[in-house]
Amino acid sequence: MTRKVYSRPQSVVDMPFHYCPGCHHGLIHGLMGEALDELDLTEKTIGVGPVGCGVFVYDYLDTDMIQASHGRAPAVATGVKRALPDRFVFTYQGDGDLAAIGTSEIIHAAARGENITVIFVNNAIFGMTGGQTAPTTLVGQTTTTAPIGRLEEVEGAPIQVCEMLNTLQKPALISRVSVHNPANIMRAKKMIKKAFQCQLEGRGFSFVEVLSSCPTNWRMNPLQALQWIEETMSAYYPIKDFRMPEGGQ
Amino acid sequence: MSEKVLMKGNEAIAEAAILAGCRCFFGYPITPQNELIEYMARHLPEAGGTFLQCESEIGAINMVFGASSAGVRAMTSSSSPGISLKQEGISYIAGAELPAVIVNIVRCGPGLGGILPSQSDYFQSTRGGGHGDYRMFVLAPNSVQELADLTLLAFEKADEYRTPVMILGDGILGQMMEPVVLPEKATITVDKPWATTGRGKRGKNNLVSSLFLNPEELEQHNFKLQRKYDLMKEKETRWESYLTEDAEVIVVAYGSAARLSMAAVNMAREQGIKAGLIRPITLFPFPDQPIRAQAEKGTAFLAVELSTGQMVEDVRLAVEGRSPVHFYGRCGGVVPDPKEILEKIVAIRALQEARSESTEGGAA
Repeated sequence: MTRKVYSRPQSVVDMPFHYCPGCHHGLIHGLMGEALDELDLTEKTIGVGPVGCGVFVYDYLDTDMIQASHGRAPAVATGVKRALPDRFVFTYQGDGDLAAIGTSEIIHAAARGENITVIFVNNAIFGMTGGQTAPTTLVGQTTTTAPIGRLEEVEGAPIQVCEMLNTLQKPALISRVSVHNPANIMRAKKMIKKAFQCQLEGRGFSFVEVLSSCPTNWRMNPLQALQWIEETMSAYYPIKDFRMPEGGQ
Repeated sequence: MSEKVLMKGNEAIAEAAILAGCRCFFGYPITPQNELIEYMARHLPEAGGTFLQCESEIGAINMVFGASSAGVRAMTSSSSPGISLKQEGISYIAGAELPAVIVNIVRCGPGLGGILPSQSDYFQSTRGGGHGDYRMFVLAPNSVQELADLTLLAFEKADEYRTPVMILGDGILGQMMEPVVLPEKATITVDKPWATTGRGKRGKNNLVSSLFLNPEELEQHNFKLQRKYDLMKEKETRWESYLTEDAEVIVVAYGSAARLSMAAVNMAREQGIKAGLIRPITLFPFPDQPIRAQAEKGTAFLAVELSTGQMVEDVRLAVEGRSPVHFYGRCGGVVPDPKEILEKIVAIRALQEARSESTEGGAA
């Protein structure tokens, strides 16, 4: 006797992902798809994608989508939400997109308390362009542009985006999750759904950072990559809730 | 028909935009266009729209990108250094085929330059400005009335062609007050089935994107854009001809420079010199045809600009060596006296007479 325990979320298109083996983008799309399905949002959603590995998120999520220029997704999403306040609007951005070229847009969208949801995929590297240093690259981590490892005295310290946004008054939900093991995947799913609900309830800006692996550019096998998140990455980027909406579900 | 009211140029653009159905305005303060964003802040919410002062020019143009993707009429305004910052967004708007209206109340450059009026943004307006093979529909009003009228036209053409449209003014036009009859409130009839408004019952998802990794597809996309620009050249070229019929010297000037030039043309006529004026109203598409038609008669041209010579290149391209093209320009915020332009016209006329005498002498 067989029992169906899992199926592809309806909000995720039935096609193979282009992502590398061991990459977490596809898994995160799946979690977002589940949340969209459960909240019945597919028909009222406009998603805004990044420049980077996630650029083809528009091929995978079965909703209206916009492809923004590098780092500007929060501004584009602001334009959409201000024009159509009753629709559901999210951005999907990597750490090169959001924490390097897009710092101005993310900080000000958060400062305004813009009623959008940001899913921030942090893999501590520029993936699409071949593994260069990101603002989130850890000190000592080697990249193609930091061949002997990131030097704090040369390139400064990595940006902790949740901590930085948590200094602002207006964000309603800020949380860092991870997808490196089943317990964390379940927590990530809950948080993504909660962030979506936060917007639906009109509570304002919701932000979920997802620690994510990039075995290809980390020069690791997928298992080593998961272990690196567990032992190294999450030590600098603690997996925790920074702010939860008051009276939220 | 509404009554005549006295308005500042910047405010006339803002009011005309509201009447044109602009429902989202995103701006950033920069002199000399601040009255425009301030007017929008006061009046757009009353009309049921959204005004937002943004973190940057880049933020503003990308919010326009978003609002336009969502199907509403959206606009931003700035002045030269701010427009430089918006160019990335304008390129994406052109690539994704979104309608948008961008106002540039030009000031002097390069760099921080100065806040005084200038026409030194002709290149960055008509030559793309941002990356890629695209053109922007550029309107060059020369009075407060035209600022209002062309703002309405800008929104219509942006929707019709799904393209960015720029209203290119300058510090003089933005700041001066003139009587204006405001346009009637627009009825928007254009359908936007491509807009990302949430799929609803549409049955298929909409995607706003300028990314084409397949070279054949991207080439076809570029050819499609070019066909659109060709259609604009055919249908949307606008200009004013003044006393050109019998003219021996024709001044070509737009915006503020055209007002100064018209005064100079009148002074020349008083002296018995057959001078005329061609005033491009659209800078892209540029009015090649009336210029070429005059060039074929051997008429001399004088391009007058508040710059060191940018539009003059388009005049030369239209003339294609058929007749002489001269240039007179002041820059840095210095506005020429019409007498300076007159002197130039007189000098060109003297040159023409000297040439024709020497030709006659040679023939004798």
